[in-house]
Amino acid sequence: MRASPSVRSAVRQGISVGLATGAYGISFGALSVAAGLDVWQTCVLSLLMFTGGSQFAFIGIIGAGGGGAAATATAALLGVRNSLYGLQMASLLKPRRLVRLGAAQITIDESTAVALAQPDEPAARAGFWSAGLGVFVFWNLATLGGALLGDVLGDPARWGLDGAAAAAFLALLWPRLKQRQAQTIGVVAAVVAAIMIPIAPAGVPVLAAAAVTAGIAWWQYREPPHVRSAA
Amino acid sequence: MSLWLWVLIAALVCVALKLVGYLVPTEVLENRRMAHTAAMVTCALLAALVVTQTFAEGTALVIDARLVAVAVAAGALWLRAPFIVVVILGAAAAAAVRALGWG
Repeated sequence: MRASPSVRSAVRQGISVGLATGAYGISFGALSVAAGLDVWQTCVLSLLMFTGGSQFAFIGIIGAGGGGAAATATAALLGVRNSLYGLQMASLLKPRRLVRLGAAQITIDESTAVALAQPDEPAARAGFWSAGLGVFVFWNLATLGGALLGDVLGDPARWGLDGAAAAAFLALLWPRLKQRQAQTIGVVAAVVAAIMIPIAPAGVPVLAAAAVTAGIAWWQYREPPHVRSAA
Repeated sequence: MSLWLWVLIAALVCVALKLVGYLVPTEVLENRRMAHTAAMVTCALLAALVVTQTFAEGTALVIDARLVAVAVAAGALWLRAPFIVVVILGAAAAAAVRALGWG
């Protein structure tokens, strides 16, 4: 049986997303080694944690001299969105037992986005698996390459790797700034972090920004009108 | 050794968070206010990380080559450059500024 055109198109999309996203595992690997992790620790983060934003945050805070607890808390907060993706993907995939473990591990921004962009359910499932597995394979290969490269580069500042880290966070943030409210939250978080840097140990300014903005977002939220009338 | 421990704890917490969506009854996570707050906190964390990675040196605020890197990265993002290009341009900008003897 041949796959339908929508399924084949989803698989092609998934693999290209896997290649494109996986490639920047090189920057993660190099930055992680520059932050003071060894090659093995770097590879374990990509294999096991496997969620880019959290990985960059973890090594960023360790590299800045922050504690393991602050780095872990920030990585975890950035990983909360994967729970929400998992909820959507669980009802699409309805996976069982070991398959569920595998599906959960590759539930990230990219696999969810490719799945949600498909016109029908078989294509959505094909898109999820091809993007998720594609990113997993290429991200981990690129991480190893980047970590080995970072090891031979030596002084990270000379190669601008600290600038690359800041650029990476900006690139992760950029597509999330389309809504006006996200922009406001981003500015508030930036100001809180800047105020906290001189008065708190590394890692704490980021958590403080998260705490303040979580409060704002929670209290400011208004149900859309159609939801309120349905309730 | 303790860095290894934190690597493993942080990684396992992130794995557990992914599993939560597949295992937990849906009411908690389907709460729209919760979903909205989670999305906003993601933005806030990334914005705060941009600031700390750009300006923090220990507990001091400094302006150096990293600010040039972020400005170049913002320009590249404005022109819709892909992620890897943005990161490489950021590194190149910081390295170039330092090679010229500043920051």
